[in-house]
Amino acid sequence: MGIEVVVEGLTKSFGRQSIWRDVTLTLPAGEVSVMLGPSGTGKTVFLKSLIGLLKPEQGRVLINGVDMVNSPERDIYETRKLFGLMFQDGALFGSMSLFDNIAFPLREHTRKKESEIRRIVMERIEIVGLLGAEGKLPGEISGGMRKRAGLARALVLDPQIVLCDEPDSGLDPVRTAYLSQLLIDLNAQIDATMLIVTHNLDIAATVPDNMGMLFRRELVTFGPREVLLTSEEPVVAQFLGGRREGPIGMSEEKDAATLAAEAGTAVADDARPRRIVPQLEPSPGLPPRRAVARRRERVMGMLDRLPPAARSAIRETYAHSAQAPTLPMPATGSGA
Amino acid sequence: MITGALRQTGRLFALAAEVSRAFFRRPFQFREFVEQFWFIAGVTILPAALVSIPFGAVIALQVGSLTQQLGAQSFTGGASVLAVVQQASPLIVALLIAGAGGSAICADLGSRRIREELDAMEVMGVSPVQRLVVPRVLATMGVAVLLNGLVSVVGTLGGFFFNVVLQGGTPGAYLSSFSALAQLSDLYVSELKALVFGFIAGIVAAYRGLNPRGGPKGVGDAVNQSVVITFLLLFFVNMVMTAVYLQIVPPKGG
Repeated sequence: MGIEVVVEGLTKSFGRQSIWRDVTLTLPAGEVSVMLGPSGTGKTVFLKSLIGLLKPEQGRVLINGVDMVNSPERDIYETRKLFGLMFQDGALFGSMSLFDNIAFPLREHTRKKESEIRRIVMERIEIVGLLGAEGKLPGEISGGMRKRAGLARALVLDPQIVLCDEPDSGLDPVRTAYLSQLLIDLNAQIDATMLIVTHNLDIAATVPDNMGMLFRRELVTFGPREVLLTSEEPVVAQFLGGRREGPIGMSEEKDAATLAAEAGTAVADDARPRRIVPQLEPSPGLPPRRAVARRRERVMGMLDRLPPAARSAIRETYAHSAQAPTLPMPATGSGA
Repeated sequence: MITGALRQTGRLFALAAEVSRAFFRRPFQFREFVEQFWFIAGVTILPAALVSIPFGAVIALQVGSLTQQLGAQSFTGGASVLAVVQQASPLIVALLIAGAGGSAICADLGSRRIREELDAMEVMGVSPVQRLVVPRVLATMGVAVLLNGLVSVVGTLGGFFFNVVLQGGTPGAYLSSFSALAQLSDLYVSELKALVFGFIAGIVAAYRGLNPRGGPKGVGDAVNQSVVITFLLLFFVNMVMTAVYLQIVPPKGG
């Protein structure tokens, strides 16, 4: 089972420029979470802070009792072995073939025999659909292939926590859909805690159990996906609708004057409620996601603290799968 | 401005300390070490030999002309050999290691940094200092020591040839003044200098390579700076080491 990631009061700035303040959230063990946010709101910085590559000025990131911000370097290096991080552009080693890239963590951290390594690596290469390209250098393949190779490398040590930095950027819609399915399938297979940072609305709508959004140097909200998907918050509504009207401007945020002018023009707001699309299921033949049952129990426990819209949305989702048992043995896998 | 310079200096020393500690930490990256050693030796051996012949010749000619005016021709051999072994050889080695080896190390690490390869390595729980920097620094040190031997021999032979053939010196006087003035500790300090210079060249190259400022242009600047900084440090350290050596080791002729 994955590991819970607890973030408390995290604050990060570069020089005088504050990136985000006082971010507090918990990534529930084994569940898939998505962090949304317009470009340039520090999503990647947040990911790198979770894993200890960047040091926030305040706050803690607790994983298995290790604080990734302030603990000794040695503990942080140990804890990092629990992580798999997929970089935005793959961050493959340019001088090594794809095979050697994906084998790198195994060769560094395990004493496996070369035949064993070959078996594991080829298995991962097959999962991400790169069979036949394992001898190529990263410079010889397309951006999408580099991304998938980066994912394979992140998965090779069976991580407990998987972080994906914009898995969709540079991919066509079809590949993005495959990738979404791949992430869900992975979660079903290895039951790892996953955090996906993206601004892709399709991934946001279909993949996660939980969703959060960063905007204006703050965490706007974080919670079960229904909370964000039904939120009336202007930022969230604008982002999910992909509209120009709202607080998000071309240069991150609009000034008050523009906003007021906009309010005066009374935009033809399509106020139809957003429909919540069902979450993706693991592909047929795979085990059901164990996180589903855990999440259901957790969400039901916090139901009365959620906003009414979210509450009814959650009731509706679970109504469809009311017959599914709560304990991990659902024959068909329940919808979210 | 001043605090900035001090901060850079402090971080350079911190890296030096971290690398020195990591020398003894397992697992040692033997393969990487051999590859780097081979590479640095490959790019420095030929230029070092080619530079040291005229260098030995210049010193022999200069010293020869001076001693001739003083009427101490028979000591040309000893004086020029000491100058070559103690001063010229470690400096030639250091310049080549920094210019050919260090710039390559700096560019390599710098481009890995901007392509996030080093971040990826850290994320996988592998320390870039342990995995990449330590083998490189050890390689520059090892190559520097061996290269120093080569340059000393070639430089001395060059000086001998020019003194005997061009200035009409006698081989016997050259060798006897050599054994009258030179002692084994001159060679030791020469090798020690080469070792230290190799360490400095490796550390500075790694430090600038690990911290390039901004994209590809930053890597180019870092390479440039690493070579300049190394040269400055080397000449300064050379002065200090020479002064200390001359104070603590009594000259043989005196």
